[in-house]
Amino acid sequence: MLELRDISLSFGVTTVLRNLSLDVGDGEVVAILGPSGSGKSTLLRVIAGLIAPDEGHVLLDGAAIDDVPTHRRDIGLVFQDEQLFPHRSVRRNIEFGLRMRHWKQADRAVRVQEMLELVGLSGFGERRVTDLSGGEAKRVALVRTLAPSPKIVLLDEPLTGLDRPLHDQVAKDLGRLLRVTGTSALLVTHDHEEAAVIADRVVSLAGPD
Amino acid sequence: MNGAAARNHLPRQLVVALTIPAVAFFSLFYAWPVVALVRRAVTVDSLRTVIGDRSLREILWFTTWQAALSTALTVVVAMIPAWVLSRYEFTGRRWITALVTVPFVLPTVVVGAAFLALLPSSLGQSVTAILAAHVFFNIAVVVRGVGGLWEQIPSDLAAAARTLGASPWRTMREVTLPLLTPAIAASASIVFLFTFTSFGVVRILGGPAHPTIEVEIWQRATRFGDVGVAAVISIAQVIVLGLAVLWFTRIQSRHRQTLGLRPANQRRHPRGWRQATAVRATCAVIVVLICAPLAALVERSTRADAGKHSLTAWRSVFGSHPPGSVRQTPATSIDPLGSVFTSLRFMIVAVLLSLVIGGCASLAIAALGRSGRVLDTGIMLPLGTSAVTIGFGLVVAFSTRPFDWRAAPLLIPLGHAMVATPFVVRVLLPTLRSIDPRLRDAAAALGASPARAWREIDLRLVRGPLLTAAGFAAAISLGEFGATTFLTRQGRATLPIAIEQLLGRPGTVLHAQGYVLATILAALTFAVIALVELARGLVDDRPRRADTRQHRSVDVRRPRARTS
Repeated sequence: MLELRDISLSFGVTTVLRNLSLDVGDGEVVAILGPSGSGKSTLLRVIAGLIAPDEGHVLLDGAAIDDVPTHRRDIGLVFQDEQLFPHRSVRRNIEFGLRMRHWKQADRAVRVQEMLELVGLSGFGERRVTDLSGGEAKRVALVRTLAPSPKIVLLDEPLTGLDRPLHDQVAKDLGRLLRVTGTSALLVTHDHEEAAVIADRVVSLAGPD
Repeated sequence: MNGAAARNHLPRQLVVALTIPAVAFFSLFYAWPVVALVRRAVTVDSLRTVIGDRSLREILWFTTWQAALSTALTVVVAMIPAWVLSRYEFTGRRWITALVTVPFVLPTVVVGAAFLALLPSSLGQSVTAILAAHVFFNIAVVVRGVGGLWEQIPSDLAAAARTLGASPWRTMREVTLPLLTPAIAASASIVFLFTFTSFGVVRILGGPAHPTIEVEIWQRATRFGDVGVAAVISIAQVIVLGLAVLWFTRIQSRHRQTLGLRPANQRRHPRGWRQATAVRATCAVIVVLICAPLAALVERSTRADAGKHSLTAWRSVFGSHPPGSVRQTPATSIDPLGSVFTSLRFMIVAVLLSLVIGGCASLAIAALGRSGRVLDTGIMLPLGTSAVTIGFGLVVAFSTRPFDWRAAPLLIPLGHAMVATPFVVRVLLPTLRSIDPRLRDAAAALGASPARAWREIDLRLVRGPLLTAAGFAAAISLGEFGATTFLTRQGRATLPIAIEQLLGRPGTVLHAQGYVLATILAALTFAVIALVELARGLVDDRPRRADTRQHRSVDVRRPRARTS
């Protein structure tokens, strides 16, 4: 599914990633574990095409996608701080990826409904995203990424900032969700337990040195 | 919120006394002139003339479309610098940001002169020239306004759109632009108001062929003696502008609360050659666009003699005429060097007046709390009134008994102070309001009398803003043209008046002298601002910008809290 080959990246004099290689299988959920500053988030941005690596290649389904721009990669990314569009309702946020893929309006409505039910937020469609609680916002961000069924979903510390009971609940939901939808996923976290609950396989990322 | 007494320990009588200068000043020199204008305007004759006059409709149409087009062009031109300056960190960014602001502090007459100097004579007096000067003058409004919001939009929001399948262009259209809309709307409305009431630029670049409403008011009132008709147009304009300002503020406060954006620095160094090139190219274009008109101004001031550069014009301004040369130019009643001193004298009076009136008013408004809003709003009214209307009103009000002060030189700095006082209040008020009354309590507990506490705390904290206010007032007075043009008399021309007169007459030497004066005026304005910045650096012991911002947002939210 996703293959990383010898990815290296540095910002100025700081080396962030050095010769990193990794495979994620079809339908597999992999967690990358590492301390903060170990370049985990940067790695996800490289895979999504938001940052070009200095060296190395990203392959999706066996083909190099190094020159494919972000919006044509079909790789979903859930941001650590959600990055919901503040000027759009919950429904219009979830719809966004579907509109970009030219879904018909009727199909979009059905899909949004499905997604909201999946995370227990039916009836939230017309809410303003700025009025959501932390846990609700996380879940909306999650289904916004899942709605267009990207080839693989990248999750950047998706559960940080939630208090413990909520954290465990969303972690369980997330694991279930990824399996129900059969989505391949690459999760970045600094929390062992979280990684164990959600992922099939855990990989540790040391710092660049 | 505590009562007014708890917020300020100034005795009640003193607070009331503090409102007196502002109330007296504004009733006598703003309200009374407006009343006088209305009295001149509301006659059957003048109303009928205005309604039946086709040329007036054409002028209104021209004024509107040139303002709309100037605004649209300014927004389009400013978007790229706004993006580069708010998104990227690079060496020289602060310099470029400061450079973008330069045109905005320049007097309108200098901007007009600079474009007259820059453009080939075929374009010298044309709509194109007016539009170009308007874009140049207002670009800072949009770069500051839009860039300020752009800085706060997380760059990951665009990244999120990209990972959901939106192309860069689509991301711009669907995410970035909608989020920027409030700032674009706000700065566009300001630019529209400025260009709609544009006077100095149009007087110099429009020629008689392209009058705007402002120019028409001036022409009718001073050239054709059509005071009644001019008064009708002024009053109509005051009403329309007032409504426009109200409408804009409403839109703005509605937009303000919708997005929970937090101030954050999103700037990063450009990565890869494409970003680096974009940043460098933008900076280069900004430098050229801003510097070219100013360079042209200086260059043209050295072209008194046909074909070659010389300092003839400079020498003639400073009094050491090369023998013979001055005899050949037509005699003028303009004393170029005298206008420099006239301007400086008026500037000093206007600064003092506006500081005293604005300072007292700010203290009173801050002390009065909610009931101070009436005074606050009243003082802001001249901001929504064009300078031309202010000057015209003063002339009409004080040209008949009991106040026949037409010839009194004091009217000119009075007009300047009228224009400057709202700015003084806007600068002082946030600081005065932000002073924690407990500081004064603490001082009292340590044995300071109320007067002493006030001197040690309030006055100390307000020194910096007071300097800034003085700088604003000085720059406004130096460049003021709209009101002055009505009040000026033979032999008492200020710099802007002298510049306009010199550039409006035929003759290379006179033009060169006009450019010399425009250069001097630009330099004086920069000097004033630089001095103030320098002095503030010496006086300020803590950054106060955060306070100002906080209080502005409180101001915006207050009316809404009352309605809900």
